[in-house]
Amino acid sequence: MQDLPDQLANGLALGALYGLIAIGYTMVYGIVQLINFAHGEIFMIGGFGALTAYLWLPEGTGLVVALPLMILLGVVCATLVGVGAERFAYRPLRGGPRLSPLITAIGLSLALQQAVWSFYPDAKKARPFPQFSGGDFDLGFVSLSREDLFIFVAAPVCMIALGVFVAKTRTGRAMQATSQDPDTAKLMGINTDRIIVMAFAIGAAFAAIAAIAQGFKTGEVSFRMGFIAGLKAFTAAVLGGIGNIYGAMVGGLVLGVAEAMATAYIGDIPGLEQFGGGSWKDVWAFVLLILVLLIRPQGILGERLADRA
Amino acid sequence: MRHRSLLILTTTVTVGALTLSACGSRDDKGGSGDSGGKTTVTIGLDAPLTGDLSALGQGIKNSTDLAVKTANKNNEVKGVTFKLETLDDQGQAGTGQQNATKLVGNEEVAGVVGPLNSHVGQSMQKVFGNADLVQVSPANTAPQLSQGPDWQKGDKKRLFDTYFRTATTDAVQGPYAAQYLFNKKKFKNAYIIDDKKTYGAGLAGTFQDEFKKLGGKIVGSDHINPEDRDFSAVATKVAKSKADFVYIGSEYPTGAPLSAQIKKAGGNIPAVGGDALYSAEYIKLHKKKSEGDMATSVGAPLETLDTAKTFMKNYKAGGYKLPYEAYGGYAYDSAWAVIQAVKAVVEKNDGKLPDDMDDARKQITDAMKDVKFSGVTGDVAFDEYGDTTNKQLSVYEVKGGKHVPVQTGTFQEN
Repeated sequence: MQDLPDQLANGLALGALYGLIAIGYTMVYGIVQLINFAHGEIFMIGGFGALTAYLWLPEGTGLVVALPLMILLGVVCATLVGVGAERFAYRPLRGGPRLSPLITAIGLSLALQQAVWSFYPDAKKARPFPQFSGGDFDLGFVSLSREDLFIFVAAPVCMIALGVFVAKTRTGRAMQATSQDPDTAKLMGINTDRIIVMAFAIGAAFAAIAAIAQGFKTGEVSFRMGFIAGLKAFTAAVLGGIGNIYGAMVGGLVLGVAEAMATAYIGDIPGLEQFGGGSWKDVWAFVLLILVLLIRPQGILGERLADRA
Repeated sequence: MRHRSLLILTTTVTVGALTLSACGSRDDKGGSGDSGGKTTVTIGLDAPLTGDLSALGQGIKNSTDLAVKTANKNNEVKGVTFKLETLDDQGQAGTGQQNATKLVGNEEVAGVVGPLNSHVGQSMQKVFGNADLVQVSPANTAPQLSQGPDWQKGDKKRLFDTYFRTATTDAVQGPYAAQYLFNKKKFKNAYIIDDKKTYGAGLAGTFQDEFKKLGGKIVGSDHINPEDRDFSAVATKVAKSKADFVYIGSEYPTGAPLSAQIKKAGGNIPAVGGDALYSAEYIKLHKKKSEGDMATSVGAPLETLDTAKTFMKNYKAGGYKLPYEAYGGYAYDSAWAVIQAVKAVVEKNDGKLPDDMDDARKQITDAMKDVKFSGVTGDVAFDEYGDTTNKQLSVYEVKGGKHVPVQTGTFQEN
């Protein structure tokens, strides 16, 4: 167990990444009760946007210099696609049967994957993502890689910004109002269409930042990266209580830490050698999800389901 | 009633199929008459041409294309023009099987080159076996494809007469790596990771058996999901273990990030793997962190072989955009083996293929057993299981951003 601090750091980094993506699921669900299954692909497009920015810069540009531009272009690309998806794929179906937007989301997800696959140069296989040069930061009890540091800074900053935005600004409060009761909100003069676009945009922007973090962590971006990440983030959103932005982050962190712990320690328990390691971590993560949902069906920080009925 | 309608349906389908196949062979004969006595024979090719493993797949495709063009240019088989039909399996077993069915259905196909992945090969074997269509894989290394599921217990049994390969198997590849690491590198402690696929798990298994037999210690082992790209938790485990190296039974799209993340987690040990890590892409994905990593691969490095000089020259002259990669030479030899088998049948049959394609396919499969020629990768011939008789292997190490051969030889049982 002497590697516990390192494994915790691994889990938290992974969890923060899941949490950032999960925000997108949870915000959209909170406002329009739609599971945007194309969100994983918006995440992936954010990663490719950032890579494009890096490739535009002259060879040998330091990553510290390139990073702001990468974040900017990644966020812009993801937001455009996210907002476009809302405008052209979901809005025409709003008010229709609830399954239609769900099927549309799955179709959109496939279409976006294939679009990147066929039109982004050399994207038929994984493309290498730039890496920080230099070693780890040794804090004595735990050593943090530069790549993990990015997510450890980015995730709290994003969370605090979002929290302040939702609680303090007019638009944020309009967002809360729309989520609580869209019809009344409309009657009070809130432009709910604009609020919905806003939710998609914020979710997409956060996903882009998560994609950059994943690019740093794994050293590559690929057209398929959104599928598994999206699935995990959706799980995190449900675990934390879908509809609640803080729940998404908490759910992500719990899921990430659970995966790291399962990989590292389950195999050490006598009798469970067979069920440890990297190939069983997902099983344990979902066992945890089921247990949590048995005790708290609304998720860890979930809202009362009665509101949604 | 139900039974009767089923009977009628079956009869209709059978009659339809027979009519169609009759049309097919008549067309064939007509075709050969039209083009001045030249018959067109198609060689099927199946490889992952898109997706993560496309670098290897494209190399196979280009090299096979080169073999076909060379045969046509030199008029290798008199009266026969070869044509290539290329199919993409994306590294997926299901797609591979569909492709196999498609190739069997094409009356002009006389032999197939491919696939790359062992698990894809496994799914295609039966389809080709039923149709008597010969298949030569340039890259399948899982032993059970030719020697049956119980090969490890010494109970070797050939499952499909139609299956041949020019690549040697993991039955020798894993042990060869174990001997090199234990005897030459003096590594005593291994950490073994595999991805649970036919190829990866098999390779890691044969490696582990030999390494233990030599007296090495397995300090840890783990399995990963081939679709995952975040391996930080596994990487920390490896880095904190006392292993001298980590053996990765997987392919480069998974192996490269895994190896890099182990180094990122502070594990300053080389990653070692099989032929699926021996790709320029492996280094490209993780430039700085792959230094010192090792990979074994089938055969001797092409650059050192006299027989490969012409191939490399022609490949360059052919203007192919992508490199021939690890299996280029083997793909060329596989295609050439098919061409030679067709040649043997044509020569036996007074200068043409038998009119009935089923018969022709059967004869070509039979002829493959006796095919023997000096190919790009050395002498090409097949043993009683359809495996290559050329059992050479090489170890490569990443030095200065390139795979450099450090040892070549044949596996010797201790």
